[in-house]
Amino acid sequence: MSDLTRQLQQQVLSARSEGRQLNIVGGGSKAFMGRQSSGDLLDVGQHRGVVSYQPVELVVTARAGTPIGEIEALLEEQGQMLAFEPPRFSDQSTLGGTLACNLSGPGRPWQGSMRDHLLGIRLINGRGEALRFGGQVMKNVAGYDVSRLMAGAMGTLGVITEVSLKVLPRPACQVTLVESMGLDEALRVSNERAATPKPISAVCWWQGKLHTRLAGARSSVESTVQQWGGEPYSEADEFWRQLRDQQLEFFAGDTPLWRFSVSPTAPQPALDGEWLVDWGGAQRWLRAAGDIERYEPVAKEMGGSVTLFKGGDRSGEVFHSQPHALQTLQQRLKRGFDPDSLFNPGRLYSWM
Amino acid sequence: MSELANTRPSPSPNTGPDRGQLAQLFRQFIDPDFVIEDPETQKPYECDGLSMYCEMPLLVVLPETVEQVQQVMKICHQHQVPVVARGAGTGLCAGAMPNRQGVLLSLAKFKRILEIDPLGRTARVQPGVRNLAISEAAARHGLYYGPDPSSQIACTIGGNVAENSGGVHCLKYGLTVHNVLKVELITVEGERLTIGSGGLDSPGMDLLALLNGSEGLLGVVTEVTVKLLPIPEKARVVMAAFDSVQAAGDAVGGIIAEGIIPAGLEMMDSHAIRAAEDFARAGYPKDAQALLLCEVDGTCEEVQEHIERVEQLFHRFGATSIRTSQSEAERALLWKGRKSAFPAVGRISPDYYCMDGTIPRGQLAHVLTEMQKMSEHYGLRVANVFHAGDGNLHPLILFDANVPGEFEKTEAFGAKILELCVQVGGCITGEHGVGIEKIRQMPVQFNPEELAQFHRIKAAFDPAGTLNPGKGVPTLRQCQEYRSIEPPSAEHPAPSSCGGSHV
Repeated sequence: MSDLTRQLQQQVLSARSEGRQLNIVGGGSKAFMGRQSSGDLLDVGQHRGVVSYQPVELVVTARAGTPIGEIEALLEEQGQMLAFEPPRFSDQSTLGGTLACNLSGPGRPWQGSMRDHLLGIRLINGRGEALRFGGQVMKNVAGYDVSRLMAGAMGTLGVITEVSLKVLPRPACQVTLVESMGLDEALRVSNERAATPKPISAVCWWQGKLHTRLAGARSSVESTVQQWGGEPYSEADEFWRQLRDQQLEFFAGDTPLWRFSVSPTAPQPALDGEWLVDWGGAQRWLRAAGDIERYEPVAKEMGGSVTLFKGGDRSGEVFHSQPHALQTLQQRLKRGFDPDSLFNPGRLYSWM
Repeated sequence: MSELANTRPSPSPNTGPDRGQLAQLFRQFIDPDFVIEDPETQKPYECDGLSMYCEMPLLVVLPETVEQVQQVMKICHQHQVPVVARGAGTGLCAGAMPNRQGVLLSLAKFKRILEIDPLGRTARVQPGVRNLAISEAAARHGLYYGPDPSSQIACTIGGNVAENSGGVHCLKYGLTVHNVLKVELITVEGERLTIGSGGLDSPGMDLLALLNGSEGLLGVVTEVTVKLLPIPEKARVVMAAFDSVQAAGDAVGGIIAEGIIPAGLEMMDSHAIRAAEDFARAGYPKDAQALLLCEVDGTCEEVQEHIERVEQLFHRFGATSIRTSQSEAERALLWKGRKSAFPAVGRISPDYYCMDGTIPRGQLAHVLTEMQKMSEHYGLRVANVFHAGDGNLHPLILFDANVPGEFEKTEAFGAKILELCVQVGGCITGEHGVGIEKIRQMPVQFNPEELAQFHRIKAAFDPAGTLNPGKGVPTLRQCQEYRSIEPPSAEHPAPSSCGGSHV
């Protein structure tokens, strides 16, 4: 429960002067993500604790090493939540790691992502400077949005030390409906429903079943259930939790796991392997040997990108390739934050 | 210090083509009528919505294709000519004020809605499309675009991206950054990039977030894909009057604690109430010290349930009167007062100056009390409208520009308000942007290392600093100038090392 900012700064400065590279680790629950990286361990996991939580302001601020579970337990006492449903790949999943990987759970298309709920950060850059961007208020357009730039950068820009997030009240009522249908029909139905003003909060298709979660005022959820029909699913909470944390049977085993982040209306491609479709069609998981060169054109055709999320060859590229100009821009940004390339070398791309 | 200077050089004096030569170059590919050299035709472009800051550009150009924009950028890049992009010019921070040695690049001709995908719930539009026009076009599909800045009739989506614009529905539906999926960007070199995708996220650094709110300093947006939302079945508004700002502030906290996220939650103080009522005849009680407008939307059942709870809650927090809209017409009327608050205040004073700080909601009463003291100190009246849901305060300082020195006094008052916002944990701008107007307050919110980091971001996109130069982030030299103009007082110390050699 302590503030280790100065120690972390010292470690960054030593590494810089000694020409060593650093591998930033919080709880280590997402070590499987990104490319294989090298560098000495920089442990942020002990830099933990909630710094402030004001339920009426809808804001929580915590050090980067704070476990997600600890924050959620605190919010629950006040009837609030992290609406982006951060996955917990283990009990050790931390706030900083969740931001670096920009991970969000099943409710993401409706409630927003990790980056959407982000209000501000503290960061140690490659010069060892402790910086603060954004804040603890809902709106802040002074300066560039450095906070959100961290979302998905896989720690390549600096050491995230503190995160402020918007929190929201827990819905008064949640009901999940389960309907049997093929994937093509599920995509059509879920997109049509998403265009209507009903209290949808998650939509996932798996093994011939479409799961639709409704959340909000009781009267509103109940009247929608009546209109749409279908049986409420009694084990819904467990289903969504296992989906969020990748504990469903779909995610088990060593077969490579691919993530297609695409247009929700894109027709399902004819690729071999087992599929699970989340986010109402915008996030599609595939278990298959495959290779990224083969999947990239498919993902592009579907309006988005593909990532080798887990397993497979992690010495090659695992994120969708970038056009040359965007690659150059990101390399320049990297140099602007981390001139000596200290942080997470190669974790995001081989060229980063 | 030297490094910082290198990351943000001022554009060198124009040693390249002069006005006429540059105009000649542009006329080779742009309709000659839209390469504007003469001062009379240039006049409408001399400022944005903040008319106290004016400047005439070298040239105004209005290209009509993306290729032409690219060509303009390439020529300007080659000759190191500054470029200031402009949408409708409704901005309130002088972010679109021209550069005397530069080209004012108007995107006014990019007015087409390129595609609406009702099933995928997106709209692909050109940057000069008006904010409201997107919702109007989407309405026949039962959809709309979320962010609704009060200038939404006129302001363009390109400008919204540049400023990360908000509106009265931000708490529930987010800012521009939450509602943009993809942009096409022309870089300072004239290269065309696509940032974002048809999916909900893209691999790598979140450049899309970086561009939202970047005030035209990183590139020129030539196409925007936005998310559309289903139009709620129902929306109703509750108006509640209170006999103190504190009571109204407590009621705002009470709603949040109740677990309700209103679609809009607005507060006005007594000056604003009286001005708005005289102007709009919305039925606001003119003797109230504070007025809340709380809009709830959703399914019919949800609205019914939440409206009842909001009414009860306002009673509990001591509202002196409560009125709930019974029809769409009544809802529109109740909002009309709030939406016309700025012009209404314009009628009770020759001029007014709108500030844009944010604060934690709990600090509202303290901030308003302090502001009242400042108001007495400066001898200037101030009216307040407040996006109470998200802590965004718009103090309107009333002044008369014809009285010598009064605008300078107004600016000083405004600066103190913004410093106060930072002191209580807020920031200097919630939705209007920094531009030139608030550049002096940037060192209050950010230390030199943080400002230097901003310059390095800028340098990654625009190494020579020709895109909207002098806006958004103060240079080291500016910091030093501000410091010499205004020595730190004990009450409001200047940032400790602004201008110090820290790098």
